[in-house]
Amino acid sequence: MNRFQYASPVTKESAVELLGSGAVVLAGGTDLLSLMKADVASPDLVVNIKEIAELKGLEHSEGSGLRIGALVTIDELLQDSRVQEEYPSLIQAADGIRSAQIRSVGTVAGDLCQRPRCWYYRHGYGLLAMQNGSSMVVDGDNRYHAILGNGGPAYFVNPSSFAPSLIALGASLKVSGPNGEKEISVADFFQTPQSEAEKEYKLSDSEIVTQILVPAAGGKANATYEIREKEALDWPLAAAAVSLVMQGDQVESAKVVLGHVAPVPWNSDEAAAALKGKAVSASVADDAGKAAVQQAKALSRNKFKIQLARVAVKRAILRAAGMEV
Amino acid sequence: MPEGKRPEENGSGISRRDFFKTSTAGAVSTALISKQGMAAPGEVTKFGPDPVKIKLIVNGKGRGLKVEPRVTLLDALRNELDVTGPKKVCDRATCGACTVLMDGKPVYACSILAIEAEGKQIVTAEGLGSPDKMHPIQKAFVENDAQQCGFCTPGFVVACQSFLEENPNPSVKDIEEGLGGNLCRCGTYKGIREAVLETAAKGGIDA
Repeated sequence: MNRFQYASPVTKESAVELLGSGAVVLAGGTDLLSLMKADVASPDLVVNIKEIAELKGLEHSEGSGLRIGALVTIDELLQDSRVQEEYPSLIQAADGIRSAQIRSVGTVAGDLCQRPRCWYYRHGYGLLAMQNGSSMVVDGDNRYHAILGNGGPAYFVNPSSFAPSLIALGASLKVSGPNGEKEISVADFFQTPQSEAEKEYKLSDSEIVTQILVPAAGGKANATYEIREKEALDWPLAAAAVSLVMQGDQVESAKVVLGHVAPVPWNSDEAAAALKGKAVSASVADDAGKAAVQQAKALSRNKFKIQLARVAVKRAILRAAGMEV
Repeated sequence: MPEGKRPEENGSGISRRDFFKTSTAGAVSTALISKQGMAAPGEVTKFGPDPVKIKLIVNGKGRGLKVEPRVTLLDALRNELDVTGPKKVCDRATCGACTVLMDGKPVYACSILAIEAEGKQIVTAEGLGSPDKMHPIQKAFVENDAQQCGFCTPGFVVACQSFLEENPNPSVKDIEEGLGGNLCRCGTYKGIREAVLETAAKGGIDA
Protein backbone atom coordinates (compact mmCIF):
# COMPACT_ATOMS: atom_id res chain seq x y z
CA MET A 1 0.00 0.00 0.00
CA ASN A 2 1.36 3.42 -0.94
CA ARG A 3 1.73 6.19 1.60
CA PHE A 4 -1.09 8.69 1.89
CA GLN A 5 -2.40 11.51 4.00
CA TYR A 6 -5.48 11.08 6.12
CA ALA A 7 -8.21 13.47 7.16
CA SER A 8 -11.38 13.01 9.13
CA PRO A 9 -13.80 15.91 8.55
CA VAL A 10 -17.01 16.32 10.54
CA THR A 11 -19.19 17.99 7.93
CA LYS A 12 -20.01 16.85 4.42
CA GLU A 13 -19.07 20.29 3.09
CA SER A 14 -15.53 19.98 4.44
CA ALA A 15 -15.35 16.41 3.11
CA VAL A 16 -16.27 17.64 -0.37
CA GLU A 17 -13.68 20.40 -0.08
CA LEU A 18 -10.97 17.83 0.67
CA LEU A 19 -12.01 15.55 -2.17
CA GLY A 20 -10.93 15.84 -5.77
CA SER A 21 -8.28 14.26 -7.91
CA GLY A 22 -6.09 11.90 -5.88
CA ALA A 23 -8.44 11.73 -2.90
CA VAL A 24 -10.74 8.87 -1.94
CA VAL A 25 -13.63 8.40 0.46
CA LEU A 26 -13.23 5.97 3.35
CA ALA A 27 -16.40 4.64 4.97
CA GLY A 28 -16.43 0.94 5.90
CA GLY A 29 -13.14 0.66 4.07
CA THR A 30 -13.23 -3.06 3.32
CA ASP A 31 -13.09 -2.63 -0.44
CA LEU A 32 -10.91 0.49 -0.41
CA LEU A 33 -8.16 -1.11 1.67
CA SER A 34 -8.24 -4.17 -0.52
CA LEU A 35 -7.82 -1.99 -3.63
CA MET A 36 -5.01 -0.02 -2.03
CA LYS A 37 -3.16 -3.18 -1.00
CA ALA A 38 -3.41 -4.41 -4.58
CA ASP A 39 -2.15 -1.00 -5.81
CA VAL A 40 -5.29 -0.70 -7.91
CA ALA A 41 -6.03 2.44 -5.91
CA SER A 42 -3.17 4.63 -4.72
CA PRO A 43 -4.66 7.84 -3.37
CA ASP A 44 -2.68 10.77 -1.99
CA LEU A 45 -5.40 11.53 0.51
CA VAL A 46 -7.90 9.28 2.30
CA VAL A 47 -10.93 11.13 3.61
CA ASN A 48 -12.64 9.28 6.43
CA ILE A 49 -16.33 10.27 6.40
CA LYS A 50 -17.30 8.27 9.48
CA GLU A 51 -17.23 11.27 11.80
CA ILE A 52 -19.83 13.14 9.78
CA ALA A 53 -22.90 12.92 11.99
CA GLU A 54 -25.41 13.93 9.32
CA LEU A 55 -24.52 10.88 7.23
CA LYS A 56 -25.62 8.54 10.00
CA GLY A 57 -28.99 7.04 10.71
CA LEU A 58 -31.91 5.43 9.02
CA GLU A 59 -35.37 6.99 9.00
CA HIS A 60 -38.83 6.03 7.92
CA SER A 61 -41.50 8.54 7.07
CA GLU A 62 -45.02 7.91 5.84
CA GLY A 63 -44.79 10.11 2.79
CA SER A 64 -41.28 9.74 1.54
CA GLY A 65 -40.40 6.23 2.62
CA LEU A 66 -37.00 5.13 3.83
CA ARG A 67 -33.90 7.31 4.07
CA ILE A 68 -30.64 5.42 4.54
CA GLY A 69 -27.72 7.64 5.55
CA ALA A 70 -24.43 6.93 3.80
CA LEU A 71 -22.93 5.56 7.01
CA VAL A 72 -25.71 3.08 7.79
CA THR A 73 -24.10 -0.33 8.10
CA ILE A 74 -25.43 -3.57 6.70
CA ASP A 75 -25.99 -4.65 10.30
CA GLU A 76 -28.10 -1.61 11.12
CA LEU A 77 -30.23 -2.22 8.03
CA LEU A 78 -30.70 -5.89 8.93
CA GLN A 79 -31.83 -5.04 12.44
CA ASP A 80 -34.40 -2.42 11.50
CA SER A 81 -37.84 -3.90 12.12
CA ARG A 82 -39.64 -1.72 9.57
CA VAL A 83 -37.14 -2.58 6.86
CA GLN A 84 -37.78 -6.22 7.74
CA GLU A 85 -41.51 -5.67 7.32
CA GLU A 86 -41.62 -3.50 4.24
CA TYR A 87 -38.51 -4.28 2.29
CA PRO A 88 -37.78 -8.00 2.56
CA SER A 89 -35.78 -7.74 -0.65
CA LEU A 90 -33.23 -5.47 1.08
CA ILE A 91 -33.04 -7.83 4.05
CA GLN A 92 -32.56 -10.83 1.76
CA ALA A 93 -29.80 -8.99 -0.11
CA ALA A 94 -28.09 -8.09 3.20
CA ASP A 95 -28.46 -11.65 4.41
CA GLY A 96 -26.34 -12.77 1.46
CA ILE A 97 -23.36 -10.85 2.84
CA ARG A 98 -22.31 -13.71 5.07
CA SER A 99 -19.74 -12.13 7.30
CA ALA A 100 -20.50 -10.50 10.63
CA GLN A 101 -17.21 -8.64 10.29
CA ILE A 102 -18.22 -7.00 7.03
CA ARG A 103 -21.79 -6.33 8.15
CA SER A 104 -20.57 -4.46 11.21
CA VAL A 105 -18.50 -1.90 9.28
CA GLY A 106 -19.68 -2.22 5.67
CA THR A 107 -22.22 0.38 4.60
CA VAL A 108 -25.15 0.09 2.22
CA ALA A 109 -23.83 3.07 0.23
CA GLY A 110 -20.38 1.48 0.18
CA ASP A 111 -21.88 -1.67 -1.26
CA LEU A 112 -23.07 0.44 -4.21
CA CYS A 113 -19.67 2.12 -4.59
CA GLN A 114 -17.47 -0.97 -4.28
CA ARG A 115 -15.45 -1.69 -7.41
CA PRO A 116 -15.95 -4.79 -9.57
CA ARG A 117 -14.52 -8.13 -8.50
CA CYS A 118 -13.20 -8.90 -12.02
CA TRP A 119 -9.83 -10.54 -11.41
CA TYR A 120 -8.21 -8.73 -14.33
CA TYR A 121 -9.28 -5.42 -12.83
CA ARG A 122 -8.12 -6.47 -9.34
CA HIS A 123 -4.74 -7.42 -10.78
CA GLY A 124 -4.18 -4.00 -12.31
CA TYR A 125 -5.21 -4.56 -15.93
CA GLY A 126 -7.94 -1.94 -15.77
CA LEU A 127 -11.73 -2.12 -15.80
CA LEU A 128 -11.76 -3.12 -19.46
CA ALA A 129 -8.66 -5.34 -19.29
CA MET A 130 -7.59 -4.60 -22.84
CA GLN A 131 -4.19 -5.75 -24.01
CA ASN A 132 -2.89 -5.17 -27.54
CA GLY A 133 -6.36 -4.21 -28.64
CA SER A 134 -8.14 -7.31 -27.43
CA SER A 135 -9.98 -8.12 -24.24
CA MET A 136 -8.18 -10.33 -21.76
CA VAL A 137 -11.60 -11.34 -20.44
CA VAL A 138 -12.87 -12.61 -23.77
CA ASP A 139 -9.63 -14.47 -24.44
CA GLY A 140 -9.10 -15.60 -20.88
CA ASP A 141 -10.86 -16.98 -17.83
CA ASN A 142 -14.29 -15.38 -17.86
CA ARG A 143 -16.28 -17.84 -15.78
CA TYR A 144 -17.58 -15.11 -13.44
CA HIS A 145 -18.06 -12.43 -16.08
CA ALA A 146 -21.05 -10.91 -17.83
CA ILE A 147 -23.72 -12.79 -19.76
CA LEU A 148 -25.85 -9.73 -20.49
CA GLY A 149 -24.78 -6.32 -21.75
CA ASN A 150 -21.52 -7.96 -22.75
CA GLY A 151 -21.14 -6.62 -26.25
CA GLY A 152 -17.89 -5.02 -25.07
CA PRO A 153 -15.66 -3.38 -24.21
CA ALA A 154 -16.78 -4.01 -20.57
CA TYR A 155 -17.26 -7.60 -19.42
CA PHE A 156 -17.04 -7.31 -15.62
CA VAL A 157 -20.20 -7.70 -13.55
CA ASN A 158 -21.62 -5.16 -11.14
CA PRO A 159 -20.69 -6.43 -7.67
CA SER A 160 -23.38 -4.72 -5.58
CA SER A 161 -25.66 -6.79 -3.37
CA PHE A 162 -28.19 -4.00 -2.84
CA ALA A 163 -28.36 -2.35 -6.27
CA PRO A 164 -30.84 -4.79 -7.89
CA SER A 165 -33.20 -4.49 -4.95
CA LEU A 166 -32.88 -0.70 -4.70
CA ILE A 167 -33.53 -0.30 -8.43
CA ALA A 168 -36.54 -2.63 -8.30
CA LEU A 169 -37.88 -0.51 -5.42
CA GLY A 170 -37.32 2.72 -7.38
CA ALA A 171 -34.66 4.13 -5.03
CA SER A 172 -32.48 7.14 -5.67
CA LEU A 173 -29.26 8.57 -4.25
CA LYS A 174 -28.40 11.97 -2.90
CA VAL A 175 -24.93 13.05 -3.95
CA SER A 176 -22.97 16.00 -2.58
CA GLY A 177 -20.30 17.73 -4.62
CA PRO A 178 -18.66 21.10 -5.19
CA ASN A 179 -21.82 22.35 -6.90
CA GLY A 180 -24.12 21.35 -4.08
CA GLU A 181 -26.46 18.44 -3.81
CA LYS A 182 -28.16 16.42 -6.53
CA GLU A 183 -30.42 13.42 -6.72
CA ILE A 184 -29.95 10.56 -9.14
CA SER A 185 -31.90 7.32 -9.45
CA VAL A 186 -29.92 4.22 -8.53
CA ALA A 187 -30.70 2.90 -12.02
CA ASP A 188 -29.06 5.95 -13.63
CA PHE A 189 -26.15 5.94 -11.19
CA PHE A 190 -24.59 2.93 -12.90
CA GLN A 191 -23.16 2.95 -16.39
CA THR A 192 -21.20 0.67 -18.67
CA PRO A 193 -17.81 2.31 -19.22
CA GLN A 194 -16.82 2.72 -22.85
CA SER A 195 -13.20 3.55 -22.11
CA GLU A 196 -10.70 3.23 -19.25
CA ALA A 197 -11.31 6.90 -18.49
CA GLU A 198 -14.85 6.10 -17.39
CA LYS A 199 -15.97 4.53 -14.16
CA GLU A 200 -18.81 2.06 -13.75
CA TYR A 201 -20.84 4.60 -11.79
CA LYS A 202 -21.43 8.30 -12.06
CA LEU A 203 -19.62 9.78 -9.11
CA SER A 204 -16.76 12.17 -9.72
CA ASP A 205 -13.62 12.30 -7.56
CA SER A 206 -15.08 15.23 -5.64
CA GLU A 207 -18.52 13.80 -4.91
CA ILE A 208 -19.87 11.61 -2.14
CA VAL A 209 -23.09 9.66 -1.81
CA THR A 210 -24.84 11.08 1.25
CA GLN A 211 -28.19 9.27 1.33
CA ILE A 212 -30.17 6.49 -0.25
CA LEU A 213 -33.87 7.27 -0.64
CA VAL A 214 -36.23 4.32 -1.00
CA PRO A 215 -39.87 5.12 -1.80
CA ALA A 216 -42.48 3.71 0.58
CA ALA A 217 -43.07 0.10 -0.39
CA GLY A 218 -46.80 0.76 -0.30
CA GLY A 219 -47.69 -2.88 -0.18
CA LYS A 220 -45.46 -3.82 -3.13
CA ALA A 221 -44.39 -7.41 -2.82
CA ASN A 222 -40.62 -7.53 -3.08
CA ALA A 223 -37.87 -10.10 -2.80
CA THR A 224 -34.28 -10.88 -3.69
CA TYR A 225 -32.87 -14.29 -4.53
CA GLU A 226 -29.15 -14.95 -4.84
CA ILE A 227 -27.35 -17.99 -6.13
CA ARG A 228 -23.88 -18.49 -4.78
CA GLU A 229 -21.05 -20.97 -4.91
CA LYS A 230 -20.71 -21.46 -1.15
CA GLU A 231 -22.48 -20.67 2.12
CA ALA A 232 -19.63 -18.57 3.48
CA LEU A 233 -18.67 -15.07 2.44
CA ASP A 234 -18.61 -14.63 -1.31
CA TRP A 235 -20.26 -12.60 -4.04
CA PRO A 236 -23.24 -14.24 -5.72
CA LEU A 237 -22.90 -15.85 -9.13
CA ALA A 238 -26.29 -14.46 -10.08
CA ALA A 239 -29.05 -12.63 -8.25
CA ALA A 240 -32.44 -11.16 -8.99
CA ALA A 241 -34.63 -8.64 -7.20
CA VAL A 242 -38.31 -8.30 -7.90
CA SER A 243 -40.94 -5.77 -6.94
CA LEU A 244 -44.58 -6.48 -7.77
CA VAL A 245 -47.65 -4.28 -7.71
CA MET A 246 -50.54 -6.69 -7.32
CA GLN A 247 -54.18 -6.24 -8.13
CA GLY A 248 -56.00 -9.08 -6.46
CA ASP A 249 -53.98 -12.12 -7.38
CA GLN A 250 -52.74 -10.61 -10.62
CA VAL A 251 -49.54 -8.73 -11.27
CA GLU A 252 -50.45 -5.21 -12.32
CA SER A 253 -46.85 -4.20 -12.91
CA ALA A 254 -43.44 -5.60 -12.09
CA LYS A 255 -39.79 -4.62 -11.87
CA VAL A 256 -37.21 -7.34 -12.31
CA VAL A 257 -33.54 -6.45 -11.87
CA LEU A 258 -30.68 -8.93 -12.11
CA GLY A 259 -27.36 -8.62 -10.32
CA HIS A 260 -23.89 -10.00 -11.08
CA VAL A 261 -24.75 -10.77 -14.71
CA ALA A 262 -23.84 -7.53 -16.50
CA PRO A 263 -21.56 -4.48 -16.07
CA VAL A 264 -24.60 -2.71 -14.60
CA PRO A 265 -27.48 -4.01 -12.48
CA TRP A 266 -29.61 -5.43 -15.30
CA ASN A 267 -33.20 -4.25 -15.57
CA SER A 268 -35.27 -6.80 -17.46
CA ASP A 269 -38.33 -5.33 -19.15
CA GLU A 270 -38.81 -8.71 -20.81
CA ALA A 271 -39.26 -10.49 -17.48
CA ALA A 272 -41.55 -7.72 -16.23
CA ALA A 273 -43.69 -8.02 -19.37
CA ALA A 274 -43.94 -11.78 -18.89
CA LEU A 275 -45.51 -11.18 -15.48
CA LYS A 276 -47.94 -8.41 -16.34
CA GLY A 277 -51.59 -9.35 -15.95
CA LYS A 278 -50.78 -12.86 -14.77
CA ALA A 279 -51.34 -14.62 -11.49
CA VAL A 280 -47.97 -15.78 -10.17
CA SER A 281 -47.39 -19.50 -10.49
CA ALA A 282 -44.31 -21.65 -10.88
CA SER A 283 -44.76 -21.76 -14.65
CA VAL A 284 -45.38 -18.00 -14.98
CA ALA A 285 -42.26 -17.33 -12.88
CA ASP A 286 -40.32 -19.76 -15.02
CA ASP A 287 -41.47 -17.98 -18.19
CA ALA A 288 -40.27 -14.69 -16.72
CA GLY A 289 -36.92 -16.27 -15.91
CA LYS A 290 -36.60 -17.48 -19.49
CA ALA A 291 -37.55 -14.04 -20.79
CA ALA A 292 -34.90 -12.42 -18.58
CA VAL A 293 -32.09 -14.39 -20.19
CA GLN A 294 -33.44 -14.46 -23.73
CA GLN A 295 -30.80 -11.95 -24.84
CA ALA A 296 -28.03 -13.52 -22.75
CA LYS A 297 -24.85 -14.47 -24.54
CA ALA A 298 -22.26 -16.67 -22.91
CA LEU A 299 -18.55 -15.98 -23.08
CA SER A 300 -16.25 -18.97 -23.49
CA ARG A 301 -16.54 -20.20 -19.90
CA ASN A 302 -19.68 -18.80 -18.30
CA LYS A 303 -22.63 -20.51 -19.96
CA PHE A 304 -23.64 -21.89 -16.57
CA LYS A 305 -24.49 -18.39 -15.41
CA ILE A 306 -27.36 -18.13 -17.90
CA GLN A 307 -29.14 -21.01 -16.21
CA LEU A 308 -28.38 -19.56 -12.75
CA ALA A 309 -29.74 -16.13 -13.73
CA ARG A 310 -32.91 -17.73 -15.09
CA VAL A 311 -33.45 -19.63 -11.85
CA ALA A 312 -32.65 -16.59 -9.70
CA VAL A 313 -35.38 -14.60 -11.47
CA LYS A 314 -37.88 -17.42 -11.14
CA ARG A 315 -37.20 -17.90 -7.43
CA ALA A 316 -37.18 -14.16 -6.64
CA ILE A 317 -40.66 -13.90 -8.20
CA LEU A 318 -41.98 -16.88 -6.26
CA ARG A 319 -40.43 -15.55 -3.07
CA ALA A 320 -41.99 -12.10 -3.62
CA ALA A 321 -45.37 -13.76 -4.13
CA GLY A 322 -44.93 -15.68 -0.89
CA MET A 323 -44.77 -19.01 -2.66
CA GLU A 324 -42.39 -21.88 -2.10
CA VAL A 325 -39.16 -21.51 -4.06
CA MET B 1 -2.38 13.50 16.55
CA PRO B 2 -2.54 14.19 20.29
CA GLU B 3 -3.12 11.07 22.27
CA GLY B 4 -6.74 10.18 22.78
CA LYS B 5 -8.05 13.19 20.91
CA ARG B 6 -9.96 13.04 17.71
CA PRO B 7 -8.65 15.48 15.14
CA GLU B 8 -11.51 17.92 15.38
CA GLU B 9 -11.68 18.19 19.16
CA ASN B 10 -9.60 21.32 19.41
CA GLY B 11 -10.42 22.82 16.05
CA SER B 12 -7.28 21.97 14.18
CA GLY B 13 -6.89 18.88 16.36
CA ILE B 14 -3.14 19.14 16.34
CA SER B 15 -0.80 21.86 17.51
CA ARG B 16 1.05 23.72 14.78
CA ARG B 17 4.30 22.46 16.24
CA ASP B 18 3.08 18.86 15.97
CA PHE B 19 1.81 19.51 12.50
CA PHE B 20 5.15 20.77 11.24
CA LYS B 21 6.90 18.01 13.10
CA THR B 22 4.95 15.35 11.26
CA SER B 23 4.67 16.98 7.88
CA THR B 24 7.95 18.47 6.81
CA ALA B 25 9.32 15.64 4.70
CA GLY B 26 8.85 15.45 0.97
CA ALA B 27 7.57 17.63 -1.82
CA VAL B 28 3.95 16.65 -1.31
CA SER B 29 4.01 17.70 2.32
CA THR B 30 5.66 21.01 1.51
CA ALA B 31 2.92 21.83 -0.94
CA LEU B 32 0.30 20.93 1.64
CA ILE B 33 1.91 23.03 4.33
CA SER B 34 1.77 26.12 2.15
CA LYS B 35 -1.88 25.35 1.48
CA GLN B 36 -2.47 24.75 5.16
CA GLY B 37 -0.78 28.06 5.95
CA MET B 38 -3.36 29.92 3.91
CA ALA B 39 -6.26 27.85 5.15
CA ALA B 40 -9.24 29.43 6.78
CA PRO B 41 -9.76 28.57 10.44
CA GLY B 42 -11.60 25.30 10.84
CA GLU B 43 -10.00 23.66 7.82
CA VAL B 44 -9.59 19.97 8.41
CA THR B 45 -6.10 18.80 9.35
CA LYS B 46 -4.39 16.25 7.17
CA PHE B 47 -2.21 13.69 8.91
CA GLY B 48 0.73 11.81 7.49
CA PRO B 49 2.03 10.41 5.29
CA ASP B 50 4.77 10.30 7.93
CA PRO B 51 4.10 8.49 11.19
CA VAL B 52 1.43 10.01 13.38
CA LYS B 53 1.08 9.57 17.14
CA ILE B 54 -2.10 7.72 18.02
CA LYS B 55 -3.51 5.89 21.00
CA LEU B 56 -5.29 2.56 20.84
CA ILE B 57 -7.24 0.98 23.67
CA VAL B 58 -6.33 -2.68 23.47
CA ASN B 59 -7.85 -5.17 25.90
CA GLY B 60 -8.65 -2.34 28.27
CA LYS B 61 -5.22 -0.68 28.21
CA GLY B 62 -4.36 2.57 26.49
CA ARG B 63 -1.33 2.10 24.25
CA GLY B 64 0.48 4.93 22.51
CA LEU B 65 2.18 4.33 19.18
CA LYS B 66 3.40 6.12 16.09
CA VAL B 67 2.23 4.82 12.74
CA GLU B 68 1.80 6.02 9.19
CA PRO B 69 -1.86 6.47 8.25
CA ARG B 70 -1.54 3.53 5.84
CA VAL B 71 -0.83 1.06 8.67
CA THR B 72 -3.73 -1.27 9.33
CA LEU B 73 -5.07 -2.00 12.79
CA LEU B 74 -3.80 -5.56 12.37
CA ASP B 75 -0.23 -4.49 11.57
CA ALA B 76 -0.28 -1.94 14.38
CA LEU B 77 -1.41 -4.58 16.89
CA ARG B 78 1.08 -7.20 15.75
CA ASN B 79 4.12 -5.17 14.76
CA GLU B 80 3.93 -2.16 17.04
CA LEU B 81 2.20 -3.47 20.15
CA ASP B 82 3.21 -7.13 20.02
CA VAL B 83 -0.41 -8.25 20.32
CA THR B 84 -0.08 -11.29 18.09
CA GLY B 85 -3.37 -13.10 18.73
CA PRO B 86 -4.94 -11.64 15.58
CA LYS B 87 -3.22 -13.31 12.62
CA LYS B 88 -2.37 -12.01 9.18
CA VAL B 89 -3.45 -14.57 6.62
CA CYS B 90 -5.39 -13.29 3.60
CA ASP B 91 -5.04 -9.60 4.50
CA ARG B 92 -8.13 -9.01 2.32
CA ALA B 93 -11.17 -9.23 4.63
CA THR B 94 -11.95 -12.80 3.71
CA CYS B 95 -10.45 -15.37 6.07
CA GLY B 96 -11.27 -13.95 9.49
CA ALA B 97 -7.94 -14.83 11.15
CA CYS B 98 -7.49 -11.17 12.13
CA THR B 99 -10.92 -10.81 13.76
CA VAL B 100 -11.02 -8.48 16.77
CA LEU B 101 -13.84 -6.67 18.51
CA MET B 102 -14.01 -2.92 17.94
CA ASP B 103 -16.46 -1.22 20.29
CA GLY B 104 -18.02 -4.65 20.82
CA LYS B 105 -18.46 -5.54 17.16
CA PRO B 106 -16.44 -8.09 15.21
CA VAL B 107 -14.24 -6.55 12.52
CA TYR B 108 -11.42 -7.60 10.23
CA ALA B 109 -8.41 -5.80 11.73
CA CYS B 110 -6.63 -6.15 8.37
CA SER B 111 -9.18 -3.89 6.74
CA ILE B 112 -9.36 -1.04 9.26
CA LEU B 113 -6.70 1.64 9.44
CA ALA B 114 -5.07 1.94 12.87
CA ILE B 115 -5.69 5.69 12.77
CA GLU B 116 -9.44 5.07 12.30
CA ALA B 117 -9.47 2.87 15.38
CA GLU B 118 -8.13 5.57 17.66
CA GLY B 119 -10.20 5.87 20.83
CA LYS B 120 -12.16 2.71 20.10
CA GLN B 121 -12.19 -0.30 22.40
CA ILE B 122 -10.25 -3.13 20.77
CA VAL B 123 -10.53 -6.65 22.18
CA THR B 124 -8.41 -9.52 20.86
CA ALA B 125 -8.34 -13.20 21.81
CA GLU B 126 -5.82 -12.27 24.52
CA GLY B 127 -8.44 -10.01 26.05
CA LEU B 128 -11.08 -12.74 26.24
CA GLY B 129 -9.11 -15.02 28.53
CA SER B 130 -5.72 -16.52 29.33
CA PRO B 131 -4.52 -20.13 29.62
CA ASP B 132 -5.12 -19.96 33.40
CA LYS B 133 -8.43 -18.23 33.11
CA MET B 134 -10.01 -19.25 29.88
CA HIS B 135 -13.13 -17.67 28.43
CA PRO B 136 -15.96 -20.27 28.11
CA ILE B 137 -15.60 -20.34 24.32
CA GLN B 138 -11.83 -20.83 24.57
CA LYS B 139 -12.38 -23.71 26.99
CA ALA B 140 -14.95 -25.24 24.66
CA PHE B 141 -12.48 -24.99 21.74
CA VAL B 142 -9.98 -27.02 23.75
CA GLU B 143 -12.52 -29.56 24.90
CA ASN B 144 -14.07 -30.06 21.47
CA ASP B 145 -10.84 -30.29 19.50
CA ALA B 146 -11.89 -27.21 17.56
CA GLN B 147 -8.43 -26.48 16.22
CA GLN B 148 -5.70 -28.30 14.41
CA CYS B 149 -2.86 -25.97 13.39
CA GLY B 150 -4.48 -23.25 15.49
CA PHE B 151 -3.75 -20.35 13.17
CA CYS B 152 -7.40 -19.41 12.62
CA THR B 153 -8.29 -20.01 16.28
CA PRO B 154 -7.75 -16.55 17.84
CA GLY B 155 -9.91 -14.97 15.13
CA PHE B 156 -12.49 -17.71 15.42
CA VAL B 157 -12.88 -17.47 19.19
CA VAL B 158 -13.40 -13.71 18.94
CA ALA B 159 -15.97 -14.23 16.17
CA CYS B 160 -17.66 -16.98 18.24
CA GLN B 161 -17.82 -14.77 21.33
CA SER B 162 -19.53 -12.04 19.36
CA PHE B 163 -21.81 -14.53 17.59
CA LEU B 164 -22.95 -16.05 20.90
CA GLU B 165 -23.62 -12.62 22.31
CA GLU B 166 -26.09 -12.05 19.44
CA ASN B 167 -27.34 -15.64 19.28
CA PRO B 168 -27.37 -17.21 22.76
CA ASN B 169 -29.25 -20.31 21.55
CA PRO B 170 -28.07 -20.93 18.02
CA SER B 171 -29.00 -23.77 15.69
CA VAL B 172 -26.31 -25.47 13.60
CA LYS B 173 -27.56 -23.49 10.60
CA ASP B 174 -27.27 -20.24 12.56
CA ILE B 175 -23.68 -21.14 13.41
CA GLU B 176 -22.78 -21.96 9.82
CA GLU B 177 -24.27 -18.72 8.55
CA GLY B 178 -23.18 -16.53 11.44
CA LEU B 179 -19.56 -17.63 11.33
CA GLY B 180 -19.32 -17.46 7.53
CA GLY B 181 -16.72 -14.71 7.85
CA ASN B 182 -14.05 -17.06 9.23
CA LEU B 183 -12.22 -19.86 7.47
CA CYS B 184 -10.32 -22.87 8.85
CA ARG B 185 -8.06 -24.49 6.28
CA CYS B 186 -7.59 -27.57 8.47
CA GLY B 187 -11.35 -28.05 8.31
CA THR B 188 -12.08 -28.24 12.03
CA TYR B 189 -15.58 -26.87 11.48
CA LYS B 190 -17.18 -29.85 13.18
CA GLY B 191 -15.28 -29.14 16.40
CA ILE B 192 -16.02 -25.42 16.14
CA ARG B 193 -19.77 -26.08 15.72
CA GLU B 194 -19.67 -28.34 18.75
CA ALA B 195 -17.70 -25.81 20.79
CA VAL B 196 -20.27 -23.12 20.05
CA LEU B 197 -23.22 -25.42 20.81
CA GLU B 198 -21.60 -26.58 24.04
CA THR B 199 -20.84 -23.05 25.18
CA ALA B 200 -24.46 -22.08 24.54
CA ALA B 201 -25.75 -25.17 26.35
CA LYS B 202 -23.51 -24.56 29.36
CA GLY B 203 -24.87 -21.10 30.00
CA GLY B 204 -23.23 -19.06 27.27
CA ILE B 205 -20.32 -16.68 27.15
CA ASP B 206 -20.86 -15.32 30.66
CA ALA B 207 -20.92 -18.70 32.38
